[in-house]
Amino acid sequence: MKQRGRGIAVLEYPTGMNQGGDPSQAYVKLKPDGTVDLMIGTVELGEGARTVMAQMCAETLGVPYESIVVRNEDTDTSPLDTGTFASRATFMNGNAIRKAASEARKLLLDVAGKELEAAPEDLEVVNGEVRVKGAPERKKRISEIAAAAIYGHNTFIAGSGAFLKPLAPIDEETGAVDAAATVAWGTVIAEVEVDTETGIVTVERMTCAYDVGQAINPALVQGQIEGGAVMGISSALFENLYPYYPSTEHQAARFGELQLITAADVPELRTAIVEEPAPNGPFGAKGVGEMTANAQGAAIVNAIYDAVGVWITELPVTPEKVLRALEAKQQARESAPRG
Amino acid sequence: MALSERTFAVVGKSVQKIDGLGHVTGRTVYVDNLTFPGMLFTAMHRSPLPHAKILHLDTSRAERLPGVGAVVSYRDVPNNLHGLLTGLGVQADEPLLAEHEVCWVGQPIAAVAAADEDTAREAASLIRVEYEELPAVFDPLESLKEGAPPVRTAYGVYPNYYLYAGQPCRRIRYGDFEAAIQKADHVITGTYRTGPIEHAPLETQVSVAVPESNGRLTVYSTTQALYFTMGLLASLVGLPLSRVRFVGGTVGGGFGGKVDGATEPITGLLALKSGRPVKWRFTREEECLYSSVRGACHLEYTDGVMNDGRIIARKVRSIQDSGAYNRTSPYGVNKNANHVAGPYRIPNVWVDGYCVYTNKQPTSAMRGFGVFEATFAIEVQMDRIARQLGIDPWEIRFRNAYRKGDQTPTREILDSVALIETMQAAAQAAGIELTATQRALSSKEPRA
Repeated sequence: MKQRGRGIAVLEYPTGMNQGGDPSQAYVKLKPDGTVDLMIGTVELGEGARTVMAQMCAETLGVPYESIVVRNEDTDTSPLDTGTFASRATFMNGNAIRKAASEARKLLLDVAGKELEAAPEDLEVVNGEVRVKGAPERKKRISEIAAAAIYGHNTFIAGSGAFLKPLAPIDEETGAVDAAATVAWGTVIAEVEVDTETGIVTVERMTCAYDVGQAINPALVQGQIEGGAVMGISSALFENLYPYYPSTEHQAARFGELQLITAADVPELRTAIVEEPAPNGPFGAKGVGEMTANAQGAAIVNAIYDAVGVWITELPVTPEKVLRALEAKQQARESAPRG
Repeated sequence: MALSERTFAVVGKSVQKIDGLGHVTGRTVYVDNLTFPGMLFTAMHRSPLPHAKILHLDTSRAERLPGVGAVVSYRDVPNNLHGLLTGLGVQADEPLLAEHEVCWVGQPIAAVAAADEDTAREAASLIRVEYEELPAVFDPLESLKEGAPPVRTAYGVYPNYYLYAGQPCRRIRYGDFEAAIQKADHVITGTYRTGPIEHAPLETQVSVAVPESNGRLTVYSTTQALYFTMGLLASLVGLPLSRVRFVGGTVGGGFGGKVDGATEPITGLLALKSGRPVKWRFTREEECLYSSVRGACHLEYTDGVMNDGRIIARKVRSIQDSGAYNRTSPYGVNKNANHVAGPYRIPNVWVDGYCVYTNKQPTSAMRGFGVFEATFAIEVQMDRIARQLGIDPWEIRFRNAYRKGDQTPTREILDSVALIETMQAAAQAAGIELTATQRALSSKEPRA
C-alpha cells in the first residue's frame, strides 16, 4: 500500500565561522578606461561567488557590472580570504569589498570634483557617469575621470578593505560566546509517498523557504536552494557511506556503492526567498550556502510519520529501517491487550 | 534598513554568472586539465590496520624502481606533526606521514612520485612496514567509556576525546535545567543519529606542485581556501610564504571536503624532493575511503514541555565521531553545541558536546557542520513532542520560535529574526492553509 504524508522542519543558521576570527580582504583598482579590477582571495566553488562579488563591487562604485574583472586565482595577487566555507563568502568578502570599493570611490570623486569643479560631496555616480547632484548636465564618464586621474592628476584610483569579526572567547563555565556574525532562518516542507510493502520512500514535492537578508543575485540563491534540497534528500534517503556503522565493513568506495541521488529522484521543488536584512551584512546579506542542505532529513522523517505512523530516528532512512519500524508497530498492535 | 529604503542598481538582480558560459560549454580550465613537462604522478602507501605501532619502515625497494622520481616518508617532513585549528588554540595532533603508529585503515605512511600512475602505484606497493597490532575502538560510545583502548598513543597520552578547557565536553549552561525539568508538565526524551557522509564533489581532490626556476614552489590546487592551505603546506615544509604560491579559485564542488589539504602538502614535498612537477588526482575510491568525511553524530534529548507546547527546559548530550584525529571536528562540536537546542526560545538549556576519537578515517567539515546533525534531531524531536501532546506540528513551532530580541543559550541577543516569516512563506509556496492567527504572527513582535 502507498501512503502519503507531509512534514515540516525549520532551522537557524549562523553566518561565518563560529566565534569569528575569519578575516577577508579585498583590493579594487581602476584601469585607464575606467573598468575595474577586483582582487579577492575567494574561491569559486560553482555557486556564483565571483558573480556576487562583482555585483557588490559594481554597486558600491556605481559602475556597470560588466566593467568588473574578478581576479581570485593567485595568492601573489589575491589578498587573503579565510576560505569559501561556513556560509561566509558573501558576507565577509562582501563587507571587505564594500570598504575597498568605497575607498576607491572616494578617490574617484576627488578627481571628478577637480574635473567638474565641484565639491566631491556634491557628486553622485550613476550608470558609469559622475554627475553633479541637481545639475545632471555637468557630468563626465568614469572612463574620462580614470584617464584624467592617471595622466592629469597623478592619482592611482584604488582601494583596499578588510573585514574581521574578531575571535570571541567562550566562557568556560556557561558556554556563552558571541558566535554568529548574523543568523539566517529557514523552513522545509516534504511531501512523501511511503510504500509499505517495499519500505521505499519517494519525495514527491519539496518546498524550501530561506531568509537570506538580501539576495545579491536571486537566481544564484535559488540555485543554492535547489542544489541544497537535492543534496539534503540524498543524505536523508540514499547515502550510506558506512552501511554497518560504526563498523567500517563494506564502506562505500564508488558511486555505485554510495547510492547518491540521481536526477530521476529529484522531486518537484518550490522555493521562496525571504529578506530580513542583517544590519551588519553587505547590503543586508546573510549566508545561505550551507543551510539549504540541512533540514530535509527531519522534514522527510516527519512526513513518513504523517503517512504511516512510525518514527525513523537514524539517517539515512533506508527501506530496511522503514520496514522494520512498520513491523515493530504491527507487532506492538498485535500483542496489545484486546478491548 | 527597511525593505522600502533598499533600492539598488545591480544588487538584487539576477545578472548572468561571470563564469557560467565556460562551465556549460566545457571550456573552464580546472586543475586536472593542467599538465607540465616532466610531470610525475603520485601514489600513497597506506596503513592496512586500524591501530598498530610501526616497528620498521623500508622504502628502499620503491626508491630503486625505474621511473620513480622521489619517495617521501616522515623523515622528509620538517614539521610533521600538525593540526588544522592551531590558530584557534587546538593542539597539533596529526602527523602528515605516520611515524610511530597508525590509527586508522588508510592512514598515509609514505608517498611516491613516478613517471606514470601505474609505476607510482607499483612503487607504493613495494614499501614495507612492520607493525605491532594494537587494540582498536570504532564506536564513539564505547570509546568514551572508562577502560576503552586508547585510540592513539604516539604523541603523549590523550584521552579518547577532545578536552574543552580541561573538560571532556563543550558545555553550555543556560538558566537552571534541573529546576525547570521538575516543573514541566511532560518530560519527553529522544535519541537520534546521523551517519557519516562523503562530500562526493564531481571533481575529486587534485593538486599539481611545480618547482620554479627562481626557487619558489607553485601549487595548483582545488582547495576551498587558498591562503589556509598555503599556510598549512608552508608550515609543514618550513618555507616562508614568499617561497610558496597557490593558484586555484575555480573548483568543481567542495561542500567542505576540500579544506583539509588532502593532497597539497604531499605533492609539494614530492616536487621539492624530485625537482619535478608532481600531480595527484584522487580516484573516487581515495575520495571515499581516505579523504575527510562528515562524522556520524549521536544525540540524546531530554525536554521539559508544558501542556500548551512551550518548551521550558532542554538537555542535549551530543557525541560527534571525529575519527582518529581532530582535523576540524573540535570546531564542529562547538558549532553543534551552539545550535543544538534549536531556533526556539528555551529559558533553560544544558548542552554537553563531545568530540570523540575512534580508529577510523578522520572526519571534518561538511555543508552545515554541526547544524545538519542538530537540525535532524531537534526537528524530529519537535514533531514527536507535538504528536504526543496533540498539538499541530506547525503550531508548536510558531509558539516556540525565536523572535527579535530573544537571547540564545550562548547569550547572544538576536536582532535579525525571520523564522516565522520563512514558515509563512513556505506554507504559501506549498499551498498550505495557515490559520488567520498564524498568518498574522511576526518575528518583530513580542510573544503573546
